[in-house]
Amino acid sequence: MSEEFKIDIVNPEKSFLSKDDTIEAVVPAYEGEMGILKDHIPIISFLKPGIIKIKSKSGEDSYYVEDGIIEFKDNNLTILTSSIFDLKDMERNKIQELLRIAEEETNKTEISDQTKYLSEQKIDVLRSIN
Amino acid sequence: MASLDDLKKRITSVKSTQKITKAMKMVAAAKLKRAQDSAEKGRPYSQKMNNIILNLSNGISDKSNAPKLLSGTGNERIHLCVVMTSDRGLCGGFNANIIKKAKSYFLKLKEEGKELKIITVGSKGNDQLKRVYGDKIIENISFKDSKNANYFDAEKVGKTIIERFQKEEFDICTIFYNQFKNVITQIPQAQQIIPLNTENNDENKSEESYEFEPDEDEILSNLLPKNISTQIFKAMLENSASEQGARMSAMDNATRNAGEMVDKLTIEYNRSRQAAITKELIEIISGAESL
Repeated sequence: MSEEFKIDIVNPEKSFLSKDDTIEAVVPAYEGEMGILKDHIPIISFLKPGIIKIKSKSGEDSYYVEDGIIEFKDNNLTILTSSIFDLKDMERNKIQELLRIAEEETNKTEISDQTKYLSEQKIDVLRSIN
Repeated sequence: MASLDDLKKRITSVKSTQKITKAMKMVAAAKLKRAQDSAEKGRPYSQKMNNIILNLSNGISDKSNAPKLLSGTGNERIHLCVVMTSDRGLCGGFNANIIKKAKSYFLKLKEEGKELKIITVGSKGNDQLKRVYGDKIIENISFKDSKNANYFDAEKVGKTIIERFQKEEFDICTIFYNQFKNVITQIPQAQQIIPLNTENNDENKSEESYEFEPDEDEILSNLLPKNISTQIFKAMLENSASEQGARMSAMDNATRNAGEMVDKLTIEYNRSRQAAITKELIEIISGAESL
C-alpha cells in the first residue's frame, strides 16, 4: 500500500506547490509542530511562523511560512498562506529584511500580546535559519 | 459640402485616433493575458478558503454564539455596498455595468426602507456615483499607484470594512464587481460578504467531522476577517481581468469604426475632388466654345 498523499500549497496570487507523492509533512501548527502522515484524521489548524518540512519521494523540501491555515481531508493536505518562501531560494538579505520587520514589530508598544508572541516567534525562526 | 481641405484634415485626424485605439487595444491585450492568468491562479485560494469556512461553519454546534461576521448582527437595517470599479476609463461598458447593477440594488434597498452606505473602490465608480449618491459615500479607496491587483491592497480594503463593522456602522455588506467570463463577456456580480452566505452551497457539505486546533470559535474568528480580504482580492483580480478584456473589445470596436469612417471619408474626398475637376473641365470647354 502506498504511503503517499497529496499536498497543495496555495497563496493568494497563485498555486505555490502541488505534489502527490508526499510521504510526510511537518507543519508549525498553532499548538506546536505537527507531523502529518497518510490517513491522518481530518483536521483544520492555524499555522504560526515556522518551517514547513515536506518529505516526498523526490526529496525533502523546507519552506518558511509566516501565517496560514491547513486543512487535511481525504488524504489531501491544503495549506493556505499569504507569505511562504522556499528556504533554498531564500537569500541572506531577504531573511535579514524579514527579521528586521519582525523586530520592528515587537518593539512597537501598542500591539496585542498575540501579535507580539507571533512576531517573537518569527524572530526565533528567522534567527535559526539565518 | 465640406471643402477638400476640411475632408483631408478629418481623414488624418480619424486616422490618428485609430492609431491610438489600436495601440490601446494591443496594450490591453498584453495586460489581459497577465490579468487573466493571475485571476485564474487566484481562484483556488479563495475557493479553498471558502470550503474550509463552510466546513467549519457546518461544524459549529451553537450558531447563536458564532462570530458576528458569520451570523450577522441580527439586524438588516444598514447596508454597506462596496462598489469596485477601475481607475481608468475607455473600457467600454465595464464601469457602467457595475454602476447599473449597483444602482438597481440601491433602488431596491430604498424601496425596502433600508439605510445605505457606499464605499467606492476605484475612482471611476466614485465619479459616477457621487452625483446622485454623494451623501451616501463614506469612503473612496483608489489604487492608482499600484500596477497590478495585489493582496496587500485587498487587505487594506478588508481591514477598513472590518473596522467599520466592529464599530457597528452597518449590518450587511455587499461587494459589486465584474466577474471575468471571457474577453467579450463580463458579468456584474453582487456578492454578500457580511454576514457570510453559507447556505447555497449544499453540495460541498461534508459529513466528516474535523479535529480543530485551536477550537472552532477561535479559528473562525481569525479566519473570517481573512476571508473578507480574500474575497475582495478575488473581486479585484476578476475586475482587473474584466477591465482589460472590456477595454480590449471596446478598443477593437473603436479601431474598426475608425476604419469604416476613414473609408467613407475617403470616398467622399475622392468624389468631391472628381466633382471639382469635372467642374473645371466644363468651365474650360464652355470657355473654349464661346471663343
